Amino acid sequence: MDIDKERLTHHISRQFNAELEDLRNRVLTMGGLVEQQITDAVRALVEGNTELAEAVIPRDHQVNALEVAIDEECTHVIARRQPAASDLRLIIAVIKTITDLERMGDEAERIARMAIHLASLERPRSQYLEIQNLGDHVRQLTHDALDAFARMDAEAAAHVAQRDTKVDLEYEGIIRQSVTHMMEDPRSIARILDVMWSARALERIGDHARNICEYVIYLVKGKDVRHTSLEQLEKTARGE
Amino acid sequence: MNDETANKPTLDRPATHAIDIANLQRGGERMDLAQEDIALKVENLRLWYGEKQALKGIDMDIPRTRVTAFIGPSGCGKSTLLRCFNRMNDLVDNVRIEGRILLDDRDIYDPALDVAELRRRVGMVFQKPNPFPKSIYENVAYGLRIQGINDRRILDEVVEKSLRRAALWDEVKDRLQDNALGLSGGQQQRLVIARAVAVEPEVLLLDEPASALDPISTLKIEELIYELKSNYTIVIVTHNMQQAARVSDYTAFMYMGELIEFGDTDGLFTNPKKKQTEDYITGRYG
Repeated sequence: MDIDKERLTHHISRQFNAELEDLRNRVLTMGGLVEQQITDAVRALVEGNTELAEAVIPRDHQVNALEVAIDEECTHVIARRQPAASDLRLIIAVIKTITDLERMGDEAERIARMAIHLASLERPRSQYLEIQNLGDHVRQLTHDALDAFARMDAEAAAHVAQRDTKVDLEYEGIIRQSVTHMMEDPRSIARILDVMWSARALERIGDHARNICEYVIYLVKGKDVRHTSLEQLEKTARGE
Repeated sequence: MNDETANKPTLDRPATHAIDIANLQRGGERMDLAQEDIALKVENLRLWYGEKQALKGIDMDIPRTRVTAFIGPSGCGKSTLLRCFNRMNDLVDNVRIEGRILLDDRDIYDPALDVAELRRRVGMVFQKPNPFPKSIYENVAYGLRIQGINDRRILDEVVEKSLRRAALWDEVKDRLQDNALGLSGGQQQRLVIARAVAVEPEVLLLDEPASALDPISTLKIEELIYELKSNYTIVIVTHNMQQAARVSDYTAFMYMGELIEFGDTDGLFTNPKKKQTEDYITGRYG
């Protein structure tokens, strides 16, 4: 049967309620941190703000540390509580979600490193508007995926997963444009390569956000929708 | 393989063509009740203790040579239902039973049926081990002796075979004439299982068989259940949900005399269909 947020804390054992609630909150904290990392990394790149970029890089350790801590907490819950049904699915979804969040953090760090390099180069006429737009979409996607997780809302998760397709299209657009620019002006190749890598990192973040949406659907509906079509994913989320 | 290479990790990878991808992709085999051969068929079974109705119309198929677990809170009717399968409830005053239970298509409540013969075919093991105050040997031989079998060679053979099936032979083979009450609780329980299997039943009913045992003995009993299911249809009642999850192929959740959900154990413990099942197995209140 479907699980919703309210029922998370309906265990006879209040201690177990507290453990699950704590786990969920820590995932959201980690998600918030990753979201901030993405926002800062993109802003640093677009504005050529080296200071901001340099702040992003060491903060990735915090993301990593959270992943390790949450993993450990999950291990404890499994060992002590032997969770079943929706509780088991929550633990599995958490373990998988934080792996994706950690990788999103790595991608943000990568963008921050590009930002530092790009800041030393001449700024293009576009003022990195394309990265700004893609970054906004990906950050919003991440935010909404985490929101669906927080609310345990499978239908919202399915909608967010669908939007990842647009991110992929936008990314392809940037690649095409970049190739054109490189042909027009070979001196800009070094800079454009960094832009392409940054766009690539953002596109990967979008994919991770989609993965999180799939875990939310698994958590709520008990059905694994990885590697299925978007239509199938939508149907499962609606409970068909 | 010589000792030097035996424990060394090897970098050789299996040849790609030798990997059975389809086999790797199976997410663990799921049991399917529709594909099973049915040993016991319960049809609209209702049972009253005096005025109080304890079973409210149970319909279910118990598959052959599988382990089926009954779980549910105290008083839900799971032990009552188990006891219906070998008519143990006949021994309780004021019991009224309606509906049918078919064992190999024969109604076990048919008045013409020989109850002693039914109980030979459907053996039972209880929560507390109940060996007779006799030798280990005589405990296992008991069922055959009451059938009039006294041939020493046959008895010797059956006693050894049954004790081996109950994974007890190695521990007791040198003291078969000792009193069974001198065995540990876990050994006594396995002895009782040996006694039950000695008469070659088709179905084994286990009512909380491990709840009075320590964790190691419990694991031995669970291992035994796994070994026994290739020969017997096993129905187990347990309060220990993790135990049900570990030993059974199918799980039935009962509540207030009704069968709420019955399905393959993997499915029931990861994605139950009914809210009452979910609440019970995750320790929630409504």
